[in-house]
Amino acid sequence: MIISIASGKGGTGKTLVATSLALSLKDRGQVQLLDCDVEEPNDHVLLKPVFTSSEAVCIQVPKVDEGKCTYCGKCAEFCAYHAIAIFPKNVLVFPQLCHGCGACSYLCPEKAISEERREIGVVESGNAAGIEFAHGKLNVGEAMATPVIRMVKAQANQRSNVIIDVSPGTSCPVVESIKGSDFCLLVTEPTPFGLNDLALAVETVRELGIPCGIVLNRAGVGNSGVEEYCGKENLPVLLTIPLDIDIARNYSRGVTLVQGMPHWKESFINLFERIQESAGERSRSLKR
Amino acid sequence: MKEVVVLSGKGGTGKTSIAGSFAALAKGAVLVDCDVDAADLHLLLQPAIREKREFWSGQVAAIDESPCTKCGLCQELCRFKAIKDFRVDGTSCEGCGFCSHVCPVEAISMKENMAGYWFISDTRYGPLVHARLGIAQENSGKLVAVVRQQARELAQKQGTKYIISDGPPGIGCPVISSISGANLALLVTEPTLSGIYDLERVLGVCRHFDVPPLVCINKCDINEANSRRIEAYCQAQGSRVAARIPFDRVFTEAMVAGLPVVEYSRNGASHQIEALWKQVSEQLSG
Repeated sequence: MIISIASGKGGTGKTLVATSLALSLKDRGQVQLLDCDVEEPNDHVLLKPVFTSSEAVCIQVPKVDEGKCTYCGKCAEFCAYHAIAIFPKNVLVFPQLCHGCGACSYLCPEKAISEERREIGVVESGNAAGIEFAHGKLNVGEAMATPVIRMVKAQANQRSNVIIDVSPGTSCPVVESIKGSDFCLLVTEPTPFGLNDLALAVETVRELGIPCGIVLNRAGVGNSGVEEYCGKENLPVLLTIPLDIDIARNYSRGVTLVQGMPHWKESFINLFERIQESAGERSRSLKR
Repeated sequence: MKEVVVLSGKGGTGKTSIAGSFAALAKGAVLVDCDVDAADLHLLLQPAIREKREFWSGQVAAIDESPCTKCGLCQELCRFKAIKDFRVDGTSCEGCGFCSHVCPVEAISMKENMAGYWFISDTRYGPLVHARLGIAQENSGKLVAVVRQQARELAQKQGTKYIISDGPPGIGCPVISSISGANLALLVTEPTLSGIYDLERVLGVCRHFDVPPLVCINKCDINEANSRRIEAYCQAQGSRVAARIPFDRVFTEAMVAGLPVVEYSRNGASHQIEALWKQVSEQLSG
């Protein structure tokens, strides 16, 4: 089973939920945590994993052999990202703009374009407190997170329950991360920002046809907007975590919720069981 | 015209609350929400939409079933794995057009993709340029570039002194699009180990794009030791902590009231935000 943990709004507690859910499940069979927030991965800050492998994430960018190039301009005309510019006696490649589609090298009539690898990030994997762990890190200054996310997801162990920690927002990195999940947990807080961004995240998850449920974090602040929305949209609130200064202090020191307050473990196991039920109900209704 | 962009790396540190307060303090700045896929600034500024425009982001491939011979060349060549069973998955397609170009029977066309809207609105603090990226759409970086360009044109036309821009979390495409060419980046962080790690990375982005950073520690009393660590780190990096704001429920209360913090309350956090704006505006003018 693959469970992704997203939110829309940042800082609502995705990392807190992902790490504690993974730690709570490790005695009940294999569990793997994949941190797909490759722009700002934080699970490792809390879990302090030991990495056993590290692999560069590269995209293929064009390399023009000017000995063969006739400056015909087909490649530049074709490139949707304006990553190649042709001058009468000169070619300029802008690797930062290149998405690595490979069209220019395939289509060049002179076969003057080959490809070279450009590193944009790294995927590290190993073990953290008895959990299989992998995360990706986009290099600072790089724009494209999705190739790094794809490679983190390629580490998924089919025999495990897989938990995917997702970046905030609702655009391409989020879609790439949650695609293929059996269930998406949306972590929110009971504030107007939390509600606004939750509604966007719910639309995204529904667009992808993934069943979802809510974790309400910092309950007790703000207003009742989120709960009313969940009621109206028929979204199950699967776990509620109160605003608690001790939870915040533990988190600030890099201590996970279940390590700092072990009684929470039961709530996370219960959360997992409720997710299984929801996902199971769905797959049964799909079979029907 | 000078532009400050509020960033953080880590989400939920208080970017929008600070940017919204700056809007109220600056009086007459042009305001921009660069967090186009989870925009919140409008919830504090209550804009009245003056102009609404479509955002056309690029193209998406579409396969016409009748001429398609299922030769499989498109699937084989697509590096984004966007074609499965001779259907295009719009959320994976990056619009490169490779498939359409190589299809031997010309069964694939590229369709222009409407990926959201952008708006110019009036608020009681000045004009706001904001956007809404469509659900599960990509190209948020391009939409950020559009709203910033509109803001610059507005500021130029009106002779406005400041542009205040509320940025997205992270360090990738939309952040790069928000920061390039800005005059100052205000980095709002929190004294958690995650906050510190994320701050280090976003400081790296500032260096990479040569935009001077200024740091603000929000909720500084959650962990005083970490707050001191951030100050020491910033100093070592040649950057500066310009404000320390203690945890204050006023941030959430102001949000519920739909007001910037400095308008909602005249105490505590508001004083620190005012002092911070003074430093930001001085640095922008200097």
